[in-house]
Amino acid sequence: MVQEILQYLFSGVTNGAIYAVIALGFTMLFSTTSLINFAQGEFVMLGAMGLITLWKGFQLPLGVAFLLSTLGVAGVGLLMERLAIRTVRKPHPIVLVIITIGASILLKGIAMIAWGKDAHSAPAFSRHPPLEVAGATLLFQSLWIILIVVAVVLALQAFYRKSLTGKAMQACAINRKAASLIGIPSEKMTLLAFALSAGMGGIGGVLVAPITMSSYDMGMLLGLKGFCAAMLGGLGNSWGAVLGGMLLGILEAMGVGLFSSSLKDAIAFLLLLGILYVRPSGILGEKAIHRF
Amino acid sequence: MKQILFAVAVLTMGLTISQSYHLQLLTFIGIHTILALGLNMLMGYAGQISLGHAAFYGLGAYATGILTAHWGWSPWAALPVALAGTFVVAFLVALPMLKLSGYYLGMGTLGFGMIAFIVFREWSSLTGGDSGLVGIPSLTVGTFSVSSGKPYFFLVWGCVLLAFIACERLVDSRVGRALRAIHDSEKAAAAMGIDTSRLKIWVFVFSAVLAGLAGFLYAHLVTFISPNSFGFLVSIRIVTMVVIGGMASIWGSLLGAAVLTILPDWLHVFTDYEMVVYGLILMAIMIFVPQGLTRGILDTYERSRRKAFTTPDPSQS
Amino acid sequence: MRQRGTCWIVSLAICAAVVLGLAPCNGWAKEPYKIGGVFSITGASSFLGDPEKKSMEMAIEEINGRGGIDGHMLEAVIYDDEGDPTKAVLNATKLISKDDVIAIVGPSLTPTTLAIVPLVEKEKIPLISCAAGIKITEPVKPFVFKTAQSDVLAVNAIYRHVQKQNIKKIGIITVENAFGESGKEQLTAQAGKFGLNIAQAETFGAKDTDMTAQLTKIRSAEPEAVVCWGTNPGPAVISKNIQQMNMKMHLYQSHGVASPKFIELAGDAAEGTYLPTGKILVTRQLPESDPQKAVLQHYVQEFEKIYKVPVSGFGGYAYDAVQILARALPGTEGNRDKIRDGLEKVKGLVGVTGTFNFSPTDHNGLGEDAFVMVQIRSGDWKLLEK
Repeated sequence: MVQEILQYLFSGVTNGAIYAVIALGFTMLFSTTSLINFAQGEFVMLGAMGLITLWKGFQLPLGVAFLLSTLGVAGVGLLMERLAIRTVRKPHPIVLVIITIGASILLKGIAMIAWGKDAHSAPAFSRHPPLEVAGATLLFQSLWIILIVVAVVLALQAFYRKSLTGKAMQACAINRKAASLIGIPSEKMTLLAFALSAGMGGIGGVLVAPITMSSYDMGMLLGLKGFCAAMLGGLGNSWGAVLGGMLLGILEAMGVGLFSSSLKDAIAFLLLLGILYVRPSGILGEKAIHRF
Repeated sequence: MKQILFAVAVLTMGLTISQSYHLQLLTFIGIHTILALGLNMLMGYAGQISLGHAAFYGLGAYATGILTAHWGWSPWAALPVALAGTFVVAFLVALPMLKLSGYYLGMGTLGFGMIAFIVFREWSSLTGGDSGLVGIPSLTVGTFSVSSGKPYFFLVWGCVLLAFIACERLVDSRVGRALRAIHDSEKAAAAMGIDTSRLKIWVFVFSAVLAGLAGFLYAHLVTFISPNSFGFLVSIRIVTMVVIGGMASIWGSLLGAAVLTILPDWLHVFTDYEMVVYGLILMAIMIFVPQGLTRGILDTYERSRRKAFTTPDPSQS
Repeated sequence: MRQRGTCWIVSLAICAAVVLGLAPCNGWAKEPYKIGGVFSITGASSFLGDPEKKSMEMAIEEINGRGGIDGHMLEAVIYDDEGDPTKAVLNATKLISKDDVIAIVGPSLTPTTLAIVPLVEKEKIPLISCAAGIKITEPVKPFVFKTAQSDVLAVNAIYRHVQKQNIKKIGIITVENAFGESGKEQLTAQAGKFGLNIAQAETFGAKDTDMTAQLTKIRSAEPEAVVCWGTNPGPAVISKNIQQMNMKMHLYQSHGVASPKFIELAGDAAEGTYLPTGKILVTRQLPESDPQKAVLQHYVQEFEKIYKVPVSGFGGYAYDAVQILARALPGTEGNRDKIRDGLEKVKGLVGVTGTFNFSPTDHNGLGEDAFVMVQIRSGDWKLLEK
């Protein structure tokens, strides 16, 4: 039994780390712009497809392919803000939400033409055999994923705490008007937030590509799960996103193992409803914070 | 007056159009209009969003489907049960959620919609699971069959007309004024003595019951239902209908439903590029006419008329 | 005033849209037989609908090249339902009322087919579906036929092989959609007949990224073989996970992955996998005595020549449907009741999928020979002995 529980835990942590990166993307954008981007899942898909093309197709070194796909997706996020979000005359939140939905359909359509309708696969980052821990197998790729997620979160924290730009972004998140009054270019901050959160989605895609099969329509479910994770941990809180992602991943795996696999997809949404009923600001979110 | 005009328009259309494909298409537009209308009351007048409206659509369809196909009920007996079912479920969903301000209801309904979809899929002994529920009977009145074509067209558009009247009444009533007050400023409305959360619950329940009615009409038209007709993407499509047609515009729901039902048919000429074009159109409408197509068309019309009045005609000078 | 204006504009716009946008397109000068097609050409099931559309067009070209039927050319009118039952119903109505077709081929999926069955039964239009679900032809409906093998036959082929390996205890893992559901039903129903015990039954989502949790549960039940039922890419993830977890047991996949894409996706994790498939994947390995060999060679060669893409195991359903129609059409002058009667009399038609023998009680017409078992060895399909 211990062996099985450990195996569920490993499986959950791997998936959870990916949910966490996606949730980070949602959270970053939300804290600066109060916007939920329904195209976030599509950024994940683009990241995965980018890695497969650059690494497997063009035979670039892994590090370069990783960096280029992430930057490429960040560029797409930048374009989206510039061309679609900023041009709106009356930025009513619902209108912005529909625009992100439109963008997600558009990106999916472009991906379908560029990469075809079939799925693609990528090899693991390194060719190590799976580790055996007390009878349970742990993929080396999972270690890579966890390592990279931790590094990303630490880098983000350092960015927010130490750099001037990061502090300016935080100021925007706390009070946009006040921030622009003291001379922070809030429009540029929005642009940066878009690029960063899209890049985060790209990293999620790069990480998920080797453990699964990637196709143009993989984004939606991953995006929704990432969103649930972000709400669970507390929208706007980076550590909350990590916690929410991990919790969601582990609970999903345990749910499959200890109850039934038909419950798997329901778990994320039951958690979402539960957290809204019990503690709408999320586990780590500040109480009674004004949203949207 | 408007209602009579509308009824005349429906009647002429129903009597002049003979090709059953066009009738079928218009019937689907009618069902989508009922869906959009309900959601429009919620989004346009109560300022809330629902990202899981297809769940109520599905609830209505599955309730009548299960009652008639498995247990041999008459559809007319199943109708009140289906509507009451959606009513109760919507009330329970809304109850705790509407205490929250902002768009939390949207997030909650998203979760609820996904769960409802999973229930439709997994409870296969009752719902037929993924391959769907077969054997739903067509509607009959006495010995007269209201299965498809003209009779069903008139049935659906009769329901649309009733829904229109109900919504207009609601908007023009005391409740409607209160709703608009909530939409503009919830705090100010509360200060005026409006019980905002109770009103919001009722509007939500009203829109859910309309969706349940649409589900009933869908189930007995197609006589087959499967979970994918009530998934997340369908919820998103209903929201899109409302926003494209124009929020807080009753006629906008009709336009939005019509555009989104016919558009995919036109876009087929783009074959593989269809999704790209669809996404672009959606974004373009939101960027250039964020107030929706009805208001957008009207504004353009009025602007051009004003221009015609103010600029002197060169031929006369 | 403003409201009334809106009302008129909206009504006018909709009238114009319906009438203008859907005006009938002109057909040929001669009177061709119009055959409708409804496939999931785009959307999640495009891997079925896309080759089906191509194969249908190809089959019709071939028949026209031979001079058509009774002097009538065939004309295909094909619409895309995107896997959505509502669109399937709309498309079928359009085919029947606007295009006035004499028969319909498709749809590609069980739910979309079931959605239009009441309609074609009412309008009395012969329908030859390309979907696998057993609900389509059982109970037999007068106007509904199908060319895809039922899951009954696929499960039968797998279980016969399992039995020969002296395996008693199996685990199954099926995808959460209509295909997986029907597979699960058959796997459970037929297990007893072959003396098998299903130790653990699990499901997975079509878009899941990792199935280790489900496989762990199966592993702890200690079955001797695992049967996976799904369509790409899920089963490829399962093959990979099984390899990573070092599970030493036979893996059986369903015919849902019978395309070269599966080997490409799963890589060396696919080695040793058993699966049932139509004979098309192993055309070259078939003995010369196999009645289907000539038909298959012709189909594969033509398809790859015209479309420049490798064949999959799915396009054949539509190709066969057109051939069956062509057999039933002569002498009917497009009368739908006569076509229906003709379809029930089609016997011994050697198609891509198998040899069809329709009868008033069997509207699928395929026998056990429609499936062969193959094993994946060094990245290719290897036909196994019967």
